[in-house]
Formats: sequence, C-alpha cells, structure tokens
Amino acid sequence: MRTLLKAGIAALALTFVAGAAQAQEKLSIYHWFEYIPQELLDKFAAETGIEVTMDTFDSNEAMLASLKAGKLGSYDVAVPGDYMVEIMIGEGMLDTIAEGELANRGNIEPQWVDVPFDPGRMHSIPYQWGSTSFSVNRDVYQGDINDTSIVYDPPDELKGKINVLDSQGEVMLLAALHLGIPQCSNDREQLKQLDALLQAAKPHWASFNSDGAKDVLVSGDAAVGMIWNGFGAKARAEGANIEYAYPRQGYVVWMDNVVLLKDAPNRASAIKFMDFLLEPENIAAVTNFARYAAGVEGVTPHLDPELASQPESVPPADAPAGTFVAVCDQATQEVYDTMWTRLKK
Amino acid sequence: MAGELASTRAVSRTFAPVRTPLLIPTWVIIGFFLVAPVLMMLAYSFLTKEFRGGVIWEFSLAAYDQFIFDRGLFGDEPPQIEWTYIVIFVRSIIQAAVATLLCLIIGFPTAYFIATRSPATRSMWLFLVTVPYWVNLLIRTVSMKFLIRDNGPLNEALMGLGVIGEPIALINTDFAVQLGLFYSYLPFMVLPIYASVERYDFALSEAAADLYANRWTILYKVILPIVWPGIVAGCILVFVPSLGAFLAPDLLGGAKNFLIGSLIEEQFKGNAGNWPFGAAASMILLSLVLIALFIYARRQARRSAQAA
Repeated sequence: MRTLLKAGIAALALTFVAGAAQAQEKLSIYHWFEYIPQELLDKFAAETGIEVTMDTFDSNEAMLASLKAGKLGSYDVAVPGDYMVEIMIGEGMLDTIAEGELANRGNIEPQWVDVPFDPGRMHSIPYQWGSTSFSVNRDVYQGDINDTSIVYDPPDELKGKINVLDSQGEVMLLAALHLGIPQCSNDREQLKQLDALLQAAKPHWASFNSDGAKDVLVSGDAAVGMIWNGFGAKARAEGANIEYAYPRQGYVVWMDNVVLLKDAPNRASAIKFMDFLLEPENIAAVTNFARYAAGVEGVTPHLDPELASQPESVPPADAPAGTFVAVCDQATQEVYDTMWTRLKK
Repeated sequence: MAGELASTRAVSRTFAPVRTPLLIPTWVIIGFFLVAPVLMMLAYSFLTKEFRGGVIWEFSLAAYDQFIFDRGLFGDEPPQIEWTYIVIFVRSIIQAAVATLLCLIIGFPTAYFIATRSPATRSMWLFLVTVPYWVNLLIRTVSMKFLIRDNGPLNEALMGLGVIGEPIALINTDFAVQLGLFYSYLPFMVLPIYASVERYDFALSEAAADLYANRWTILYKVILPIVWPGIVAGCILVFVPSLGAFLAPDLLGGAKNFLIGSLIEEQFKGNAGNWPFGAAASMILLSLVLIALFIYARRQARRSAQAA
C-alpha cells in the first residue's frame, strides 16, 4: 500500500514538473458529445503545439445554463446551435471576431456568411448543419413514417417505444409543426393546444434521452427515436434497421456554430482553432465523422462519397423545407418553460 | 447508547479536553463546506428568477409559491394546491425508503456473514464488497442499464431458460430506478453494520442460548439492540443519497418522471433554468431531512435518559 502511495505521489509530482516545463499554449473547448473526431483534435495539437481540453454538453440549454452558472471565462470556444447563438449574443456572452482576424473566413459558403442568428458573422463560424426529425425501426413498423403523428400521436405498435430528445427547442418546434401553429405563438388557445398535445403524447414516450439517442435505436430499446439526421445515419450504420423520416408537416433544420466566448482565457488559440476548422480538409473530417454537412466551400473532394447518397442527408423531392427554431420573447418562452416542466414531472 | 459512548470516550485524560485552537480546522470545514453553501442556497431561494438562468437580487417568494400553488399555464388562474412537487417528493421518499429497506435486507446478513468469518478472510470479503465501487457511479449505472435492457443478458438468459416467453420491460421503469438505487448504495449499508457486528461479543449469543433463547430471540433481544447504531447509520447513509439521486432516474428511469434530485438538477442544468426554484426545492428537502433526524435524535435522547 505504502509503495503504491509513494509511486502515486511521484507520478503526480512528475506531472506538475512536466506541466511547468512546457508552459504551452492551451485551448479549452465546450462541445457537444460525440461530435468531433479525436484524430482531428490530435492533428490540431500537432500542427500548432496547443494543448486541447474539451468538456461536453448534451443540449443547447444545458450549455447555456452551465456557462451562466459561472463557466463563462473558463472556455475559449463553444458550439451552440443557431437559435442559441442569437440568445448568447443577446446575453452578451460572445466576443467579437475582428475584421481580418480569421484568415480563412473567405471559405465560408456564401449562404452561411450573413445569417439571421449572427448578422455578418461577427461572433461565429459554421460548424455543421443538418436536420432534426425522427428515425423509425422498420422491423417494428412498416407504415408511412413521414408524419409527425409517429411521435406525437403514435399508432398502437409504437406506443411506449419512443425516445425523444431532451431538447426543449426541438421538441416544441416539431410539436408546433404537428399542430400547424406558428412557433413562439403567444395566442393562448394555441399554447393550450400545444400543452395538451404534449401531455397526451407523454404516456406514449419511453424516455427523454439525447446522448443515448443513437444507442436506444441500435439496441432496440426504442422503435422510434427523435434524432439529428447524422446521428440517425450513424445508428443505421451501426446496424439498426431504421429509416429517417421527412414529415410532411415539416421538420427542424439547424446549424451548429463555433463561437468565440467572452473572456476566453486563450483567445489567440481560439482564433487558430476557428481558422483550422475553416480549412476544407479539416471540417470535412468532422462531416465524415458526424455525417452532417459543412458550411465551408471546397469540402467535396475530402468527403466520404457515401455521404452524397445518404438518405438522412438527401430529402425526397416532395419533402417540405425544414424550419429553424425561433427565439421566443420572454413571456412566451416562460410559458414554454412551464409546459416543459409540466411535461417532465 | 449515547451515554455509553460518551463515557468510553471521556476516559482518556491525555486527549479529553480538546483545546479551541485545535478545533479551528473543524469549524473552517463545517463553515466553508456546510454552512456557507446552505446559507447561499437559502438566500437564492428567496431571490427573483432571472430569465434563462441566474438570479436577480430582489426578494421574492415566487419559488415557494410555485412549489405550493398551481396557477395554471399562464400563471394567472386562481391558485390551487400544486400536487406535482408533493407527488415528486412522496415518490422520491418512497423510492429511497424501499431502497433502504432492500439494502438492509441484503446488507445485514451480508455484514453478519462477513463479521463471522475468520479475521484473515474478512478483509477479503470487505474488499470484494467495495471493489465495484472503485468504478465511477455513472459507469456502474450505465452497465446496469445494459444488463436489464429488453435484449440484454438478463432477459436473454431468462428467455433461454424458458422462464419467460418475451422480454420483460425493465428499462425505463420505477423498478429499474429502484434497482439502480439499491445497487448504488449497498456498501453504505454493509460497512457500518459490519463495523458494529464485528465488535459484537459472540459470547453474549452463547449466554443467551444457554438461557434457552432460540435463534430468533437471540437476534431480536441480543444482537439487534447491540448493533442497532450500525443499522441506523447504514439506513441514514443509504436513505439520504437515494433521496437526492439523479443518475439512476435519468439513466434507468428514462428521465421521464422527476425525482427530487432530477427536479433540482433540471432547475440548474436543464431547460428550466429556474435557480430560485431549485434552491427552494433543496431547502424544503433539507428541512424535511433535518426535522426527521431531529425527531429521531430527540427520541434517542429521551430513551437513553429513561434507561439511565
């Protein structure tokens, strides 16, 4: 025991010495779970000599909560979704990227340069974009799946076998699309309808799970899983006999973005990291890993050719366009929050 | 019982009067790690909620109001008693109580068994009890999830043996949460009971047997009263963390039905972002636990006074 303790202390001391000797540049990332290949982080570290550390979150709201609870100032970059970028700008949590600071800014695809959630791209760069709907196990259910009622008013075969994302924004938007009411509506009747829909649907849902959204489909715990398109593609690649739905009522589109956080302890490293991710070859590695789409020009030659025909990325011709999650005003958002609490209690 | 302990402790003259300066570390630890955070939460529970997480430094009873009254979706209906959180608390207390009972039923015989082995094998048994707990609680909970899922080893084995025709749905049920709590906290029951059974003088059992006590009488009249402090300590150590657990309900229960722990977690980490309400719920929980412990301590004090 004593020798073990001594060895432990020696090892600890060595780590400190090594740390002091290097005193190298660092980068602290706050990222979604399972969303960047380790090899890419290693490549960045090898190219720049910057030591990378990463913490993960499983919903935009959880990230916001954690940053507000005192983590702002300990991370350099985070990867919020579109509407969350807008919220974070409003909360004053993002730093501004100066003109000319990013050498590779010109690589951003024109359609993603000036976006409503970050006009003029002052604080963010594109990371990946994709859609959110749900995948259905075709062994369990053979009927038409391109309908939001699969989740919100499910047929008998699927009742009790549904996993929904633990993500308020997406669950609420898909519900609103199902009812055909506008997002962030402050019409009381419509809000009551939304609440009633969620309450009626909940008994049919087995679980709220985001970081396990892929696993429950692969393991068969869930026959329907609300899921992000690339994550659904990965579940299918891991052997689940599932099909990704493009509901006729509509579905969610989103873009995740790398943002420069306010009070970043290693601002220079953050800028280097953003430039690194704007290199087509590097961001293509993310796309090949996560199975979404990049918002950067020139990635095509680096992409896995199978991505071009991946059903999760190619909506059928008759599918409607997707909808971005909107940022509601405070009064409406507070009703949404109440609904969410009532839903999960 | 308390009287006995006090008297054995007071015997040593060398260590008896603890001087105030030596107490400073204790006070610092209690003050910094116990009193300060609780006071902070108490203060937060009376503040105004800030939109999207955080607090505004204005006094408000809104958090406690939300706990007690239901004012409808828009917050302007006439207040009714809010049953939601009461139900969550009762559900959590029942689950924690059942977990404690299960731990006791399995833990007491285990501890007794270990304590009655030869000293050399005892440490091996104790080691075996604690081995799984060197693994992170999250990992253990996830592996429990793998074991009990519909096409997991447990269901496959039962189906292979022909006990059941099709998989029993275990995952995402209250049973799974219960199982997770039981599994998470079992050693907290075994170790204190072991500590008191180990000190038990088995000559007392023999004496009782000589006086024609049967095995049950020996257990009830001799062993249990003597090892009682260990049982109480084990029950408290299992009950209290079970009450605030959120990993088991999240991972094994599917995060569908809040328990106290997950309800509070959601206020700080999740979508709700209502810090004062999370603080208020913690305060209410803390008050309940303190009241229960206080009543127990009073009863014990009265009992030992009577015995004296």
